[in-house]
Amino acid sequence: MSTATRPLSDNLFRERPDGSIVLVGGYSPSSGRTHFPRLAACPYTGADDVDEQELPTDGTLWGWTAVTARPPGYDGALPFGFGVVELSDGLRVITRLTVADPDALSFGQPMHLVTDALQTDDDGTTVVTYAFAPDEASATDGGDV
Amino acid sequence: MDVAITGIGLHPFGRFDGVTVTDMGVTAVKAALAEADNPRFEAAFCASVYSGVASGHKVLGALGLTGVPIVNVEAGCASGGAALMLAAHAIANGQYDTVLVFGMEKMPKGIIRSSFFEPWREEGGLAVTPAYFALRAQRVMRESGVTKAHLARVVVKNRINGADNPNAMYQKATTVEDVLASRVVCEPLHLHMLCSPNEGAAAVVLQRARPGDGTVRIAAAALRSHLPGSVLGEATPMSGIDDLGITPPSSHAADAAYEEAGVGPSDLHVVECQDTDAARELLGYEELRLCERGGSAALLESGATERGGRLPVNPSGGLLAKGEPLGASALGQVVEITQQLRGTAGARQVDGARVGLAHTVGRGANAAVVILTR
Repeated sequence: MSTATRPLSDNLFRERPDGSIVLVGGYSPSSGRTHFPRLAACPYTGADDVDEQELPTDGTLWGWTAVTARPPGYDGALPFGFGVVELSDGLRVITRLTVADPDALSFGQPMHLVTDALQTDDDGTTVVTYAFAPDEASATDGGDV
Repeated sequence: MDVAITGIGLHPFGRFDGVTVTDMGVTAVKAALAEADNPRFEAAFCASVYSGVASGHKVLGALGLTGVPIVNVEAGCASGGAALMLAAHAIANGQYDTVLVFGMEKMPKGIIRSSFFEPWREEGGLAVTPAYFALRAQRVMRESGVTKAHLARVVVKNRINGADNPNAMYQKATTVEDVLASRVVCEPLHLHMLCSPNEGAAAVVLQRARPGDGTVRIAAAALRSHLPGSVLGEATPMSGIDDLGITPPSSHAADAAYEEAGVGPSDLHVVECQDTDAARELLGYEELRLCERGGSAALLESGATERGGRLPVNPSGGLLAKGEPLGASALGQVVEITQQLRGTAGARQVDGARVGLAHTVGRGANAAVVILTR
């Protein structure tokens, strides 16, 4: 059994030495706006002065639901959590959530970035995506409780 | 605008195995042209999203009516509104005297696959249309005091209306209890709070109006897209969200249409608005300025938007009763409003309706608002 992994996409996040990940967005100095995922030009002004910017790994929950039926092109587990997290710098990102029970989540709840295994390819490679988890769940991993 | 609607036609909305999308377009086009006494038209605008290459040419080709310019238009759920805008303004600007506008669709079943999304978003589970609707619904609930009971009440209202519409997919009324008992697709949206993607076609013939001819007129036809950052509405967020204080595309289109028509929300007698899900209709009340921001639940509770109320919304049954064939849905609304203003809507008739508005909004984002008068 392979232990190889591949990211969902190459330009969404990068791994840090301690194994954690950080989202890679874009920042346009001329517009002063941040976006994610990083694009070739600023989606607010079209300016092409987009610098790579690592985004905050913490934020609060802004919107959430759970997907209960299999959508086209998706081979992962069901149901799964889906929502919007407002990062500590104010940017809101669309994301998978580690919690698939909407009743267990609440508006403004502190969240942090994690990795989540989506599915396993035919050759045994695990596909890894970014996701956000409630801070309570991080109490056992030595995180900031 | 001195543009008259002189012919309307529909293929019913529903599921029709063995009937091609071209067949459905032919049915609607023939009916609309016949009602207008089969005029020679100088151009045709065809709305569709999933019908593939030259779908409008195939419909008119099947009728021996090619040779004129045929423009196929895709603007998501607002495709028919976009086609109508192009046609009406071509007449108003003096380019043509008679134009055919039609739209048709045969939607795939299940959760719709859309080339709008990159493959990694599909693989990652981030390309789920009803999940985006759910986030929007949750936001309407949080910001406007809307409850699940309100969402169910929208469905009940529209399904009561649909029971009197022989062209609707669901012609049976429902109850709040039954809506809330249907399975949850994406919390807070239950199955019966979501419209069904389906099949159908609609067509209208537009002609330069003659003074005093008594026809239904197109007073305005506006199309708008989203502004940068305005995204947890219809655009579907692709690159971060920062929409505080950004006017949504439906309000931009509505404001442009009100100005073009010289009427305001208080002048309206009947409205057909996008009810892809029940929360979308309530958000429409606010975006179209039928009530103040945050006032949609109160407007619904007042009964004003029911048939017989002060401002009936979706007397046709809306998409919740008719289903949504993307290319046909906006023109289906225009057919309904035309019947309402002519006084030929039968059991669905809104008494004395002389000014009506049709609103569609969807992916792109695209928002179209059409105002008809008589």
